[in-house]
Amino acid sequence: MSYRPKPRIAHPGLKKNALGLTRRDYEGGMSTLCAGCGHDSITAAIIQACFELAVEPHRVAKVSGIGCSSKTPAYFLSASHGFNSVHGRMPAVATGANAANRDLSYIGVSGDGDSLSIGLGQFCHAMRRNLDMLYLIENNGVYGLTKGQFSASADVGSKAKKGEVNEQPPIDPVLTALAMGGTFVARSFSGDKEQLVPLIKAGLRHKGFALIDVLSPCVTFNDHEDSTKSYAYTRQHYSPALETDFVRPAEEIMADYDAGAAMSIELHDGSRIVLRKAAPDYDPQNRGNAFAYIKDKLRDSEFLTGLLYVEETSRDMHALSNTAVRPLVDIGWDELCPGSSALPGILKRYR
Amino acid sequence: MPASQPAERINDFVIKLANVNGTGSASANSLLMKSIFRMGVPVVGKNFFPSNIQGLPTWYEIRVSRDGHIARSGRVDIMVAMNAETYRQDLSDVSPGGVLIYDSTWPRSHELVREDVTILGIPLAKMCNEHFDGIRARILMKNVTYVGALAALLELDLEVIKALLTETFANKPELAAANMEAISLGYEYAREHFECPLSMRVETMDLTRDHIMIDGNSAAALGCLYAGVTVGAWYPITPSTSLMDAFRSLCIRYRSDAETGENRYCVVQAEDELAAIGMVLGAGWMGARAFTPTSGPGISLMSEFIGFGYFAEIPAVIFDVQRVGPSTGMPTRTQQCDILSAAYCSHGDTRHPILFPADPSECFEMAVAAFDLAERLQTPIFVLSDLDIGMNDWMCPLLQWDDDYRWDRGKVLSKADLEEAEHFWRYYDHDGDGIPYRSLPGVHPKGAYFTRGSGHNAEGRYTEDADEYREVVDRLNRKFETAAGLVPAPVVVNSARGDVAVLSVGSCDGAVREALLLLGEKGVKLNYMRIKAFPFSDQVQAFLDRHERVFVVEQNRDGQLRKLLINETRTDPAKLVPVLHYDGLPIGSDCILEAIREGLEKGAAA
Ligand SMILES: Cc1ncc(C[n+]2csc(CCOP(=O)(O)OP(=O)(O)O)c2C)c(N)n1
Ligand code: SF4
Ligand SMILES: [Mg+2]
Repeated sequence: MSYRPKPRIAHPGLKKNALGLTRRDYEGGMSTLCAGCGHDSITAAIIQACFELAVEPHRVAKVSGIGCSSKTPAYFLSASHGFNSVHGRMPAVATGANAANRDLSYIGVSGDGDSLSIGLGQFCHAMRRNLDMLYLIENNGVYGLTKGQFSASADVGSKAKKGEVNEQPPIDPVLTALAMGGTFVARSFSGDKEQLVPLIKAGLRHKGFALIDVLSPCVTFNDHEDSTKSYAYTRQHYSPALETDFVRPAEEIMADYDAGAAMSIELHDGSRIVLRKAAPDYDPQNRGNAFAYIKDKLRDSEFLTGLLYVEETSRDMHALSNTAVRPLVDIGWDELCPGSSALPGILKRYR
Repeated sequence: MPASQPAERINDFVIKLANVNGTGSASANSLLMKSIFRMGVPVVGKNFFPSNIQGLPTWYEIRVSRDGHIARSGRVDIMVAMNAETYRQDLSDVSPGGVLIYDSTWPRSHELVREDVTILGIPLAKMCNEHFDGIRARILMKNVTYVGALAALLELDLEVIKALLTETFANKPELAAANMEAISLGYEYAREHFECPLSMRVETMDLTRDHIMIDGNSAAALGCLYAGVTVGAWYPITPSTSLMDAFRSLCIRYRSDAETGENRYCVVQAEDELAAIGMVLGAGWMGARAFTPTSGPGISLMSEFIGFGYFAEIPAVIFDVQRVGPSTGMPTRTQQCDILSAAYCSHGDTRHPILFPADPSECFEMAVAAFDLAERLQTPIFVLSDLDIGMNDWMCPLLQWDDDYRWDRGKVLSKADLEEAEHFWRYYDHDGDGIPYRSLPGVHPKGAYFTRGSGHNAEGRYTEDADEYREVVDRLNRKFETAAGLVPAPVVVNSARGDVAVLSVGSCDGAVREALLLLGEKGVKLNYMRIKAFPFSDQVQAFLDRHERVFVVEQNRDGQLRKLLINETRTDPAKLVPVLHYDGLPIGSDCILEAIREGLEKGAAA
C-alpha cells in the first residue's frame, strides 16, 4: 500500500493546547497495520500524551527498529524527525543521536522481538547508560511482521495460531529493566488509555531511561483464546499495582487522594507523578521489593501494571560522561578546532 | 667461512631486537630509535608483537637509513637476542657479516654460533642484579643496559639519550637517573670489552629537523580533533584501540572546559561494533561529526548498518585499521585485506568511498578529508589504514594546519532555508550531482521526514513502487560518480615513457618506492601510481590505459585492489600483474624487487 498523508483540515472548534496546536498536529500518516492491532491504540496514546503535554513536535526525535511496532513512528508526530533503523538496533541510534543533541525528546518504539531477541543486548545497555529517552515495547508475544513466530516474551503454554505450544520461559522486559538498573519501569496495556497516557507523559518527562512495556495484542497472529497476550486474557489477568496521574509543573493536584495510599514523586522538570497504590505493601521506589513483588505475581500469572519503579535522582548518560549542557551539535567550529597554534604543543612529544 | 669484516656502513643498517613481551622492552627500544632520530638520522621502527599480554616473543626492528627508506629491507645487521626461546631463529635471521648481542649471564651452547656473524655477549642480567634493587627494576633495566651497550657500539650521542630520559621522566627525576645509570653500565662494558664503534654506526646528520616520529592512529585521532568531531563510538579491537585512546586524551586536553570541566565531546564505549556504528549514524543524523575506529571483525559486524547509512544517506566515518584475517586471524599482524569488504560492505547494491592513507601524515590529512566527504556526500566513508601504519612509529614532516580551513558541512538546509521552502523532499536530486539536501532534526517542522532503510522515494516517503525505487538507487550511482571527482587524486611518479608500470596502495608505498629506485639504478625505469581513494578517478583509468603491463602491489592473498580495479575500471585483467605479500609482516622492498624482476623476465620471454 502506498503512503498517502491524511488531509489536514483545521476545524475551528478543535481543542488547542498551550502551543496553540490541536491534536491533529500530533498525528502522523495513515496506519497500515491490521485493523484492531494493539499498536494503533498505543500510537493514539502517544499522540494524546504529546498533545496534552504541548511538546513542540519538531523537538521530538522518533526512533524505532524493525517490526509492525517499529513502523508506528510514521503514524504519529509527522512534524518530528524519525529514524526507522535496523532490527534490534534502535537503542544504538538513540544513544548516538542523544549524544549529539541532548535537547530533543526521544521516543523509541520497539517490539518484543526487536527488544528481547535480536536487540536484547542493546536494550540492556541503553538502560545501563541511563539514556534519556522514552522507550516503548509494544509487546504482543509474537513476531507480527514475519507472520506469527513466537517471540521471547511468549508465555509458557502459549499456543500459536497453528497449534504449536511455547515451552520456553519468557523474558520479561519489566524484570529485565529492574535488573539492568532501569530508572523508570512501567507496564501497561494498549487498551487502557486512561493508564497509558499519563505513563507516557511521565516517561517523557523522566530524566533517564523510561521503559513502558505495553501489552499490545496482535489480532492477526496472537489474539486467539489460548494466547496469554490476547485481548481477552489481558483484560482478565492484568491488574494495576499503581494508578498513575501525571501533574504538570505549575498545575495543582486536584484529585482527592487517600493519604495513606498515594505518593507524589517530583520529576526533573518540576512536574509530578502521583501514584495511587492498589497494593499497600508495594514500594515503587525500592528496586528489590518491586522486583520480588512483580515476580511473585507473575508466578500466579498476574501481570501488574502501572509505574512499577521510579528513581528520579539517578544520573543520565550525559551526567555520567560530563557532557556539555549545550547540545554538541550547537557547538561551533572555533570551540572545536584547536587551530595551528596548539599543534606545536601537541606534537612536541613526537620529537 | 671466516667472519668477513664488513665495509663501513654509516647510517644505513637494520637493528632487530628480540624480546619477551611484558618485560618493558618497548620503552627501551623506542629510546634507542628516538636517540638516532634526534641525531638527525632518518629511522623507522616496526613492532612485531604477539596477541598476548606477557611471556611471548616480540620483535622490534629499527631501520636506520640515511636515504630515508621507510620499508623493511629484508636485512638484519644487528640482532639483540634477549629471548632465549627464539635465539636459534634470531641468530639465523642475521645477515652475513652482521652482529648478534646476547645476555651472557647464562652461557649459550656452542652450536648456536655462526662464523659469518660476530657474537657479542654482555652479562646484562648479572650487571643489573648487582646494580639495581627489586625484580621489576632489574628486568626493566636490562633493556636499558643493552641500549647503553649499543650507544657505545654505534657511537650514539649520550647527551641526546640523557635529554630524552630527562624529558620522559620529567616528573620522576630519580627514574631518569636510574635509567642513565643503566645506560652507563652497558656503555662502559661495551667500551671495555669490544672494539667500539662497529663498522656500522651512526653519525650525526641534519635530516630529521622539522620531522616527528608518530604512529598513524595518533595522527588520525589528531585529525578527528581538528576536524571538529564531537562523537566517537567504539568497541576495543587491536590494532584500532589506540586511535580512540589518543582521541580521548586529546579531548581531555583540548575539549574540556577550563572552568566547568564540561566536555565538548562524547565518547561512548559501545557494547559491540553493531552498536558502535549505530551510534555513529545516530549522531551523524543529528548533524554531529562522528566516527568509529575498528578492524576487520568489527567491519563484518557493522555491515548491516553501513548499508543503512548508504541507503538512508547519513554521514559517518569508519577507520578500519586492517589486521590479518580471515576470522580472528593474526590480530597483531598487518595486511591490506579489507579492501573489497569495505568497498562493497553490506547486502544489496552498495558501494562506499574509501581513503587509503600511506603513512601517519596522511592519516591526519585524510581523517579531516573523510569528514568533509562524509558530510558532502552524505554517506559512510572508510579510511583504510593498517596495523603497520596505525601502530608503528613513522618519521613524518611536522603536521601542518591551515587556520583558514573550515569544515564542509555539505548540503544542509538551515532553519531559514526551510522556513522559505515550499516543501522539503529529502531525496530529490536538485543539483544533478546525485547529492540531495538534508535537514537536521530539531531545526524546523518542515524539515521533518522519516529516515528509513526501507524503500523510499525522492520525496522521502515509503515506497514499494518499482520506478520510484529505481529513481533513488540510480541517483545513488550518480552520487558515486560525483564522489570520484571529490576524493583525493592518485599520486603519479613518471620516471620513463615506458609501457610498464607499478600501481600500489597505502603502506606499500615506501617499499615500492625503494624497489623502484633500486630497479632504476639497474636501468629499469617504471612509472608508478599510488591509489589514494576509491571510487577511482579518471586519472586511474588513464594511467591503466597508457601502460601495457601494470604490476599491482598489495598486501593480501587475493589481490583485492587488482580485483577492484578490474571491477571498477575498463581494463583488460591480463595486463594487471599481481604482486602479493600476505604473511602478516609489513611488505619489504626486497620481495617487490624480486617479483618485478621475475615478472619482467617472464614478460620478456613471452
Ligand atoms: C536482521 C534481520 N533479521 C530478520 C528480520 C526480519 N524481521 C522483521 S520484523 C521481525 C520481528 C519483529 O517482531 P517484533 O519486534 O515483536 O515486532 P512486531 O511485528 O511483533 O510488532 C523480524 C524477525 C529483519 N528485518 N532483520
Ligand atoms: S500482524 Fe499483528 S502486530 Fe502486525 S499489524 Fe497485524 S495485528 Fe498488528
Ligand atoms: Mg512482537
